Amino acid sequence: MSEHADQILPHGRVLRYPFGERLNHWIAAFSYIYLLLTGLAFWSPWLFWIAVLMGGGQISRTLHPWAGLIFFYAVARMHGYWSAQMKNTEVDKQWWRSISHYVQNEDDKMPPAGRYNAGQKALFWSFFYAAIVLLLTGIVLWFPEWIPWNLRWLRYISVFLHPVAALFTIANFLIHIYMSAFAERGAFGSVIHGDVTLHFAKRYHPAWYDEIVRRANAPRK
Amino acid sequence: MSQETLRIQKISGHAGSVPGEDTQRQYTVCKLIDTTTCIGCKACEVACMEWNDLPFGETVFDNSYQTMPETRWNYWNLILFNEHEREDGSLMWLMRKNQCMHCAEPGCLAACPSDGAIVQYTNGIVDFQQDKCIGCGYCITGCPFNIPKFNKETKRVYKCTLCTDRVSQGLEPACIKSCPTGCLHFGSKDDMKYLAEQRAKQLRDHYNFPKAGVYDPPGVGGTGVIYVLHDASQPELYGGLPKDPRIPLSVKLWKGPLKWLGNIAMVGGLIGLFAHYLRYGPKEREEEAKEPHEGAQP
Ligand code: HEM
Ligand code: SF4
Ligand code: SF4
Repeated sequence: MSEHADQILPHGRVLRYPFGERLNHWIAAFSYIYLLLTGLAFWSPWLFWIAVLMGGGQISRTLHPWAGLIFFYAVARMHGYWSAQMKNTEVDKQWWRSISHYVQNEDDKMPPAGRYNAGQKALFWSFFYAAIVLLLTGIVLWFPEWIPWNLRWLRYISVFLHPVAALFTIANFLIHIYMSAFAERGAFGSVIHGDVTLHFAKRYHPAWYDEIVRRANAPRK
Repeated sequence: MSQETLRIQKISGHAGSVPGEDTQRQYTVCKLIDTTTCIGCKACEVACMEWNDLPFGETVFDNSYQTMPETRWNYWNLILFNEHEREDGSLMWLMRKNQCMHCAEPGCLAACPSDGAIVQYTNGIVDFQQDKCIGCGYCITGCPFNIPKFNKETKRVYKCTLCTDRVSQGLEPACIKSCPTGCLHFGSKDDMKYLAEQRAKQLRDHYNFPKAGVYDPPGVGGTGVIYVLHDASQPELYGGLPKDPRIPLSVKLWKGPLKWLGNIAMVGGLIGLFAHYLRYGPKEREEEAKEPHEGAQP
């Protein structure tokens, strides 16, 4: 039987991410981390040693753009899986207005989030648009010798925008890691074994929880 | 002009200061190209290939007296040709020997991320060290003169070295040695600047070139290759010599303010998140999360 998201499992757990989505998440994550490390090596002389650790400058330079293509592929698939659930709603506007409660861990004062809260949605769209910018500028940086002299402004733009977009994703990435690995215990497991406890669902995604319960209690047809 | 002038004064992608920087005062070397006496014979092109042992490549005929459209990774020295019609209807054949300008403030070096892939010696020569080059091509973007060229096979970038090997032995570059008309000169920057100004004055006073002048663009801190032009007000006529070359603004912003903003933001972000964890901790402790839940049973 194939896996379906939001399926209730034994022992009070609910399936949040089926295998395909988990796998894709980690393709994106590992390719991103490789891009981040090799990219940072070229970003600053103080960090060039990372390129040495990653197999040398030449290898890092050769593989970074290929990892970029893998990363973009994973982000595009993520868009296929999740974009429908990432639409902004009325609740999300209230969520942003109460962001200070969220930051101070006063989650009971937050409007009820659905399967994704407004912050998670912002993370998704930030990564999605930044990945497009990184891909386009990255391709220009990949083949600078192909850009004719009178189109050199393309290189001038790319060499600036690529790190800007990368920095923008780094800000999102740090918050993402912090939230999922440190602040919200249980979130990390959802992309490893795929399920979360019903308690987790109720605690962080009350509207999603209500929907699961409603669906589970609905009479079978 | 001995080996001592080959101490390094600038290094690309280098954290910290340059070892042995500014310990001795040295002459800056300079090549002077007098476009008004160049006959476009291409002896310098051949001398460059010979001395630097560059493999022969196909030439491209483009209805012009030019060997190929632009320099290549294995063709560092190219006479650019332009047939220019003057206001009085007369024609002029403008020849300009094109190669690396050995900028005092080199855009290639500023852009390069690899430690020591581009160096500037105390004598002013800007030299690529291919063994340290990672082939990113940032130097191509940093250079305002379209000089560094990428070799697809070795994945490294190459350009004129100003014959560093010859200069270190007290010889002039190969192109200078081969020039039959004496339009090429080599010496200290001060001497070449003086010679160039003298020649420009001669052209203005005696040869009816009132706009003659010297090309030594201040936007890149002056160059280690300077030109005498019949019309210094229109350098573009000479194979697109840029009027006011500068390191591209986006390269300056990228390597300057953006770098600092980015570094501060990244370090600040890490500290901020850590401080948040110390102050507020996780949203929920494990013990709480294990509490029996109410609600639906599967
Ligand atoms: C999406 C496809 C991508 C492509 C085709 C691509 C391509 C490139 C290329 C060709 C370079 C020039 C040097 C090198 O090869 O390392 C570069 C630099 C860089 N890339 Fe990417 N990249 C991509 C995605 C990313 C991502 C997701 C990040 C996120 C961290 C990133 C971060 C960087 C950084 C920080 C630099 C160095 C910028 C600098 O020197 O200041 N790239 N990229
Ligand atoms: S002309 Fe270009 S390659 Fe030569 S030193 Fe100047 S910036 Fe570097
Ligand atoms: S390609 Fe140019 S900028 Fe990149 S490492 Fe080589 S010399 Fe430096």
